[in-house]
Amino acid sequence: MLRFVVRRLLQLIPILLGLSVLLFAWLRALPGGPAQAALGERATPEAIARYNELFGLDQPIYVQYLRFLGRAVQLDFGNSTRTGRPVTEEFLERMPGTIELTLFAMVFAIGVGIPLGYLAARRHGSWIDSTSVIGSLLGVAIPVFFLAYLLRLVFAVELGWLPGSGRQEVRIDATRVTNFYVLDGVLTGEWDAAWDAFTHLVLPGIALGTIPLAIIVRITRASVLDVVNEDYVRTANAKGLATQTVRRRHILRNALLPVSTTIGLQTGLLLSGAVLTETVFAFGGVGSAIYDAIFGRDYALLQGFVLLLAIMYVLVNLLVDISYGLLDPRVRVS
Amino acid sequence: MSIEALPAGEAARADGPVLQVDDLSVTFTRRGEAPTRAVDGVSFAVDAGETVGLVGESGCGKSVTSLAVMGLLPRRGVRVGGSVRFGGVELVGAPDRTLRDLRGADMAMVFQDPLSSLNPVVPIGTQVTEVLLEHRDVSRGEAADEATRLLDRVGIPDPGRRLKEYPHQLSGGMRQRALIAMALACSPRLLIADEPTTALDVTIQAQILELLRELVVDTGTALVMITHDLGVVAGLCDRVHVMYAGRIIESADRHDLFARPRHPYTGGLLASVPRLDGARGAPLTPIRGSARDTIPWAEGCAFAPRCDHAQDDCLTEVSGSTVPLEHDGPARELRCRHPLRRPPSATGATASGAAR
Ligand SMILES: Nc1ncnc2c1ncn2[C@@H]1O[C@H](COP(=O)(O)OP(=O)(O)O)[C@@H](O)[C@H]1O
Ligand code: SF4
Ligand SMILES: [Mg+2]
Repeated sequence: MLRFVVRRLLQLIPILLGLSVLLFAWLRALPGGPAQAALGERATPEAIARYNELFGLDQPIYVQYLRFLGRAVQLDFGNSTRTGRPVTEEFLERMPGTIELTLFAMVFAIGVGIPLGYLAARRHGSWIDSTSVIGSLLGVAIPVFFLAYLLRLVFAVELGWLPGSGRQEVRIDATRVTNFYVLDGVLTGEWDAAWDAFTHLVLPGIALGTIPLAIIVRITRASVLDVVNEDYVRTANAKGLATQTVRRRHILRNALLPVSTTIGLQTGLLLSGAVLTETVFAFGGVGSAIYDAIFGRDYALLQGFVLLLAIMYVLVNLLVDISYGLLDPRVRVS
Repeated sequence: MSIEALPAGEAARADGPVLQVDDLSVTFTRRGEAPTRAVDGVSFAVDAGETVGLVGESGCGKSVTSLAVMGLLPRRGVRVGGSVRFGGVELVGAPDRTLRDLRGADMAMVFQDPLSSLNPVVPIGTQVTEVLLEHRDVSRGEAADEATRLLDRVGIPDPGRRLKEYPHQLSGGMRQRALIAMALACSPRLLIADEPTTALDVTIQAQILELLRELVVDTGTALVMITHDLGVVAGLCDRVHVMYAGRIIESADRHDLFARPRHPYTGGLLASVPRLDGARGAPLTPIRGSARDTIPWAEGCAFAPRCDHAQDDCLTEVSGSTVPLEHDGPARELRCRHPLRRPPSATGATASGAAR
């Protein structure tokens, strides 16, 4: 088990190196640069030169890269060229928001997706089945950006049922402990703050969770349809077990194996895929920071955030692989 | 000893057979397809302590018959007709609740492929104890102790360790033993074994059959043994029903059947079984054609395309009626217009035939 984890972490090193080179090259190939973005189009050449000198952008690219690498291994990604604050600090402040949002989205997708997929399979051919099949096709096809915009327009702007931007009302003035706003509210006993942060998760969380929801419904349905025809389900019925025992222990436990892989994959994708949703809802997580950084040519922040996200992505998938081993004794690593 | 079915067995013997199947028919109706009748007018009975064989080539309807008896066929797309009485209770059309209460407790089943019949992600122990916890009023601890005894009884060494293991960690023979343990956990009055040895090595096959034979003798359980292998029948069954294309074509006590097969199909099956007492060097003669070469029973004898004895009146068109299953001497029934007259090998056969 330990060797498995270590090997996976070692595999991470070449991936991160390659990714950082690509990022470096791509960012510098973009038209314009941080100085122009920061100082405006009519900035004087002198001002731009001074700005570049300040952030070390006047050095040859390979020098910039080696410097970056030297600090990156100590998790120091320099300062944001827009805010001037350390990138790592920005990340630690914003990442909890994105994690909360991702968790909400996944709980929504799993909580709705698995029962719906199961029901669709057991009522194979019924209207529930066809509705969920069509629904899951639509869910994958609708652009997240559009859905986020639509949800915000209807439920926040028009109906006013739920907040449509930010992570928490400013007037609440909540105490910060971990930067997980919901958790902070619970830890400090500021229940109104926790609840308010939670309501801020609902709309972006649903928008973000729609694609995984659609995929989970589809995979659960297909998987349950397979498993109900398995011999061991017939054995379970031949033993006269109660329907719910057959369902939980014999159908779902097996049917959810492929679903759990999907869940891991989707969670990883969401971590990095929150960019559009967060932007629509001005959510203040990692995603909206990346969006802003691209337009502000904030090299330092982009490099740092993307690499840190890549690390998180790999860690999540590692976690999923380990838990898969716990779920399926046949692949358990001894 | 943990399995004590004798009182139940005796009670059943008093009110007649444990299982009485009458005119059972199973029709599969698929949307957009013509309905297919997989089992047609099948009748047989099983007494306590008796072993009855259902024999026939693959696809003749043996498994469907057993699933119909257990009420395990899907409700949708399947029509079951006729009657299945278990201990006097009608099972055809019985509510799901009734069937679930009986299954696992009073009637149990062992399937063909032990690996696919076990849940791969649940420990063996749980798969044994869940039957006990469902049907018996026992605690988890008592169920676990009972499971250990059961595994020991079916000949699994080191049962305490095996209970914690998963199916893929057991050998094929061990898995089938574990399935037998699950089936016998609540001392059922009826056990249906659907080709329990087909997926196993030859040496293991013999062991499993021996185990089943012992258990039936010890507990008085009624056993329905389903097989395509007359060799299995020879060592185990009291009575044999031979099936072809969904119908019973010959029924007889085992000794009579082996000594004096009457139906050409039965004769063919016997001729294709390697026999220790058979004439040495006599070539095995398989039945020609395959189970696919068949005609609907309504048009005549379904076996006619493969039958060496077939004559014109085996067809409904000529004789004016379908071939009926008729009384053919004491305790025998036969569905054939031109049966075999003399046994293939005369001597030993008459002796054992006369002995009955
Ligand atoms: N679910 C099903 N749908 C349609 N036909 C079936 C189904 N199950 C079995 N059959 C048909 O019923 C016949 C008998 O099958 P079965 O009882 O499994 O044969 P066997 O004697 O080998 O156990 C076969 O011809 C098969 O095609
Ligand atoms: S009825 Fe005719 S075709 Fe059928 S088995 Fe007998 S002889 Fe052969
Ligand atoms: Mg079969």
